[in-house]
Amino acid sequence: MFDTPHSAIDERLSDTKIAAKKVQVFYGDTHAIKDVDINIQPRSVTAFIGPSGCGKSTFLRCLNRMNDTIDICRVEGEITIDGEDIYDPKVDPVQLRAKVGMVFQKPNPFPKSIYDNIAYGPRIHGLAKNKAELDEIVSSSLQKAGLWNEAKDRLDEPGTGLSGGQQQRLCIARAIAVNPEVILMDEPCSALDPIATAKVEELIDELRTNYTIVIVTHSMQQAARVSQRTAFFHLGILVEEGLTQDIFTNPQDKRTQDYITGRFG
Amino acid sequence: MTAVPFIILLLAAIVGYAINIQAARAIRSGGDRLHSLEHFHGLFSLLLVVVPALTLVLIWLALQGSIVDGLVMSSLPSGVLDGLGSGQIQLIGAEIRSIAGGRIFGTPENWKLEAADRLLGYRQASGWLLVTVVTLMSLGLIFFARSKVAAEFRARQGVERITLWLMIFCAVVAIFTTVGIVAALTFETLKFFQRVPVTEFLFGLNWEPQIPIREDQIAAEGAFGAVPVFLGTIVIATVALLIAVPVGLFTAIYLNEFSPTSIRNVVKPILEILAGVPTVVYGFFAILVVAPAIRQFGQSIGVEVASNTALAAGGVMGIMLIPFISSFADDALSAVPRSLRDGALALGATRGEMMLNVLFPAAIPGIVGGILLAVSRAIGETMIVVMAAGLIARMTINPLDSVTAVTVQIVTLLIGDTSFDNPKTLAAFALGMMLFIATLVINVFALRIVRKYREIYD
Ligand SMILES: Nc1ncnc2c1ncn2[C@@H]1O[C@H](COP(=O)(O)OP(=O)(O)O)[C@@H](O)[C@H]1O
Ligand SMILES: [Mg+2]
Repeated sequence: MFDTPHSAIDERLSDTKIAAKKVQVFYGDTHAIKDVDINIQPRSVTAFIGPSGCGKSTFLRCLNRMNDTIDICRVEGEITIDGEDIYDPKVDPVQLRAKVGMVFQKPNPFPKSIYDNIAYGPRIHGLAKNKAELDEIVSSSLQKAGLWNEAKDRLDEPGTGLSGGQQQRLCIARAIAVNPEVILMDEPCSALDPIATAKVEELIDELRTNYTIVIVTHSMQQAARVSQRTAFFHLGILVEEGLTQDIFTNPQDKRTQDYITGRFG
Repeated sequence: MTAVPFIILLLAAIVGYAINIQAARAIRSGGDRLHSLEHFHGLFSLLLVVVPALTLVLIWLALQGSIVDGLVMSSLPSGVLDGLGSGQIQLIGAEIRSIAGGRIFGTPENWKLEAADRLLGYRQASGWLLVTVVTLMSLGLIFFARSKVAAEFRARQGVERITLWLMIFCAVVAIFTTVGIVAALTFETLKFFQRVPVTEFLFGLNWEPQIPIREDQIAAEGAFGAVPVFLGTIVIATVALLIAVPVGLFTAIYLNEFSPTSIRNVVKPILEILAGVPTVVYGFFAILVVAPAIRQFGQSIGVEVASNTALAAGGVMGIMLIPFISSFADDALSAVPRSLRDGALALGATRGEMMLNVLFPAAIPGIVGGILLAVSRAIGETMIVVMAAGLIARMTINPLDSVTAVTVQIVTLLIGDTSFDNPKTLAAFALGMMLFIATLVINVFALRIVRKYREIYD
């Protein structure tokens, strides 16, 4: 029962970090996500691919309840993280979002200093007891995001003054700083040049050892490079999900095959 | 009669437009490719006819009166104006004009009746002449425009050039009018400072703008120290801003982030309506509701309260400014990119934290700009203070006292039968000049802040 229909391998319960069952999303009358079932494994990278408008971002935003901030958006079905239903009325979305971080398509550093960008999350969640601890969180987050060497001498300068790729890594560092278990990334490289993209991909690969990462991408090469598992969405339906290698070499569904061979999308 | 030239113009414009469109169509159906679309040929003719002819009509009508008057006055029988002053000559002119208009008082001399007849004759002749000239001019221009229609004629560029000049003209009119007003104000202000020293005006603490009616009146030398007047404006504006800024900001924050769409859809239009209420209505509200309420409350706790307090005037002015500030702040908050909100929320910030730490700081320049513009509105606001503030200038910052305001003084100084060359009247211009300078400085400052902030996100 924990298998999605097209999954190529068996999965065990202990290997599931996020489980979605019969998830439906509506924007007003638009049915954007239809009956999606998926299990996402811990400490690995799962890629969502599919033609644009198929609902990848919408589904991703269900996982940290960012869809709550859109007035007309309605989510049905069940999503659990570590077995806990995140849409349970007892769950505070604010705390959920500390546990499930998110990186956006366009780098969106706050118009504050690099230091304050990173320190913002820890401050509002009270993660540091004093300045020394906060300094420690800032430097370790920047190190984990591979930005320490470039940023350590300019912590007081505005984050918006960094290059696009650096800004995106700053945003990743900002997400890491609140100690999340899951990091959601919505096309994190689509605004970056190839060199910055390579750096961010490298970073994602490193982060995999400690975090559960879900990444939306429009680039199949990127999915192939960074992810262990891939899910293919089409018109709001999860068509196929499995090991990345299997999806790209041996897709089960005709639509997946067409997309991967570039026939639509 | 005055309408006829305009009707001719309208007809000429329509005819020219139609003729040129027809001609252009004919060229196209003849198989040639037109450089410009047909309607540009039409518009070219229309503008070519209307712009010069309309200019002519307007200038003609503007000058007609004085030229006709001049002709009439110079045709009066010799001797009747001998030994009269310019004022009396003007009176005779006015009498002739009113006779011509059919309003005859008493029994005017014969030569006046004849002059009135001549006046009517000149007017009529001028009218017919104008009609003829406009008709000929329009016809000529229509033909000229028609002769221009050709496959390769660049009618679109022609239209664009004429429109461009029209726009430049309009812009220049606005600028020159402003310059003219400032020049007039400066001129009167300088005349005032010839009579009253600048230092007394700027630093004097005593404002009693009376002037002696008779030479020998005692103690009637006016005092023109404007400090208490400006102090009154400052007190009232401060009260107004203390009310408008917090209320306006919280309204904006609520509407922008916390209110359900349904409430926003109701409250926003209401605020816009409030912003359009004439200030005289706020003035009534101040004298009929707010001032009595404040006085009663004062009495009930045993405090002496004047009837026209700075609190009442400033409070009502504050209410007037709430929609102004809230709409400015709302715009500034909405201009902060959605991605910044999402970034903060995705880190687990509550909406309140997001508003306080991210949206608000990013929107601050815009908000400050809005507040500064509100300040300049507050110090320039006239109707509310004329109705609700006092007349006597006092050196006080107690909002429960009666104070006056700069605009109130300007109004009272200009009311009444005083001529334009005594210090009392001239003082109004000096006050106006100061007000103008103050609001100008504030507005320049505000716009600069707003513009700087616009650059960040666009
Ligand atoms: N805020 C929104 N309001 C209304 N409809 C939306 C909104 N966001 C997305 N949609 C709709 O939901 C569908 C899926 O969009 P999205 O999740 O952004 O697709 P993807 O990320 O795969 O390109 C699209 O049809 C889109 O028009
Ligand atoms: Mg998307």
